[in-house]
Amino acid sequence: MIAIDIRLEQGTFVLEVHERLETRVTVLFGPSGAGKTTILDAIAGLRTPARGSIVMNGRTLFNSADRINVPPHKRHVGYVSQDIALFPHLDVRRNVTYGQRPGQKLSLEAVTAILEVGGLLDRGVAMLSGGERQRVALARALMSAPDVLLLDEPLAAVDLELRRRILPYLERVRDELAVPILYVTHDRDEARRFADRVVVLDRGSVIRAGDPGVVLQ
Amino acid sequence: MDTWQITRFTLMTAVAATALMIPPGLALAWLLARRRFRGRVLLETFVSLPLVMPPVATGLILLLLFSPRGPIGGVLTRMGIEVVFTWRAVVLAMTVMGLPLFVRTVRAGFEQVDRRYEAIAGTLGASPLRVFFSITLPLALPALAAGAVLGFARAIGEFGATIMIAGSIPGVTRTLPVAIYTFTEIGRDRDAAVLLAVSAGIAFIALWLSNYLTSRAGLRP
Repeated sequence: MIAIDIRLEQGTFVLEVHERLETRVTVLFGPSGAGKTTILDAIAGLRTPARGSIVMNGRTLFNSADRINVPPHKRHVGYVSQDIALFPHLDVRRNVTYGQRPGQKLSLEAVTAILEVGGLLDRGVAMLSGGERQRVALARALMSAPDVLLLDEPLAAVDLELRRRILPYLERVRDELAVPILYVTHDRDEARRFADRVVVLDRGSVIRAGDPGVVLQ
Repeated sequence: MDTWQITRFTLMTAVAATALMIPPGLALAWLLARRRFRGRVLLETFVSLPLVMPPVATGLILLLLFSPRGPIGGVLTRMGIEVVFTWRAVVLAMTVMGLPLFVRTVRAGFEQVDRRYEAIAGTLGASPLRVFFSITLPLALPALAAGAVLGFARAIGEFGATIMIAGSIPGVTRTLPVAIYTFTEIGRDRDAAVLLAVSAGIAFIALWLSNYLTSRAGLRP
């Protein structure tokens, strides 16, 4: 469960969000510039809100009143950004295991089996296709045994055909691994197919939230 | 004249100076590339100062600081370490004169590294120190190599600061450029010409090596 209660200013843009995210998959939905990515950055610790608090599974990650600001590397979030950002100087195996923690539950075998990246492990990242890069980035995030998976428009940069092929992998991650997912998209179909709950954002504020069937009418 | 001794001495002191540039150089380059703090511009100015000041003036500053009665030299003398007019002074002059080139090159390299990689590495649980050594530094490696070659080349050619703080003592502090100057001054033109050829050879090999390394890394500058 993530409780977000933040205000963040960026020039003239103001993001103000008060939400409790407790379902398996929450989709943050809205046009670009609505503040979706900013929320993920705030949860990951890559951007500091002006004030407020972020609490994940009872652990305070940020609280401006108490001056708590846990650094990103201690937050245990898995972040797959729009631009994927696989480390170009490491092969697939070293990318995937970069965040592996000793004694974690998720094994490399389990993750590579779900995402079907086992055959790619010894390749350089420059040799991967778009869809393979997506899956490797997902595997890398999962291997850090995150408390939450933050997915920032993971399908925005791929064509319709590829999207159709990657979505099942995302659904397997959702169904077979007990990792809550926060999923950012501006695609209505993706949101409807994937979400347990949808939070609709516009210009920095939540304008609707609830069941995808109702909210996305 | 002992051409071999002068050449070996110059190469060894330049290698030592380059090695000494790397730790503080990396720290300074990273600070300037990645941190915003008070006094940043001042620090940047200080680091680059030897690049624009007359080397002889830099040498004089070093001489004042490191002479046995100077603030740093006094402490070192009491510890039994002599600097001025020894090989240590040669290394010191080379390090101070090469450092700005190293820092500027590596800093530009750090700035080229996409911060997104560092951010993602952080979310994967890597501490800032691990991010630096596993992401930032490897991705900036060509710049590090280029900076080291530049710093080394500057060290090999160092003259002004060296002559001030180390002098031209045969077999003790005499480097290639200092020897060329001294021999020309006293009319030993043949010896100067031999050392000139050696200098040109070293410069050629260093440049060829740096071009070879950068092209092998697939990163043409």
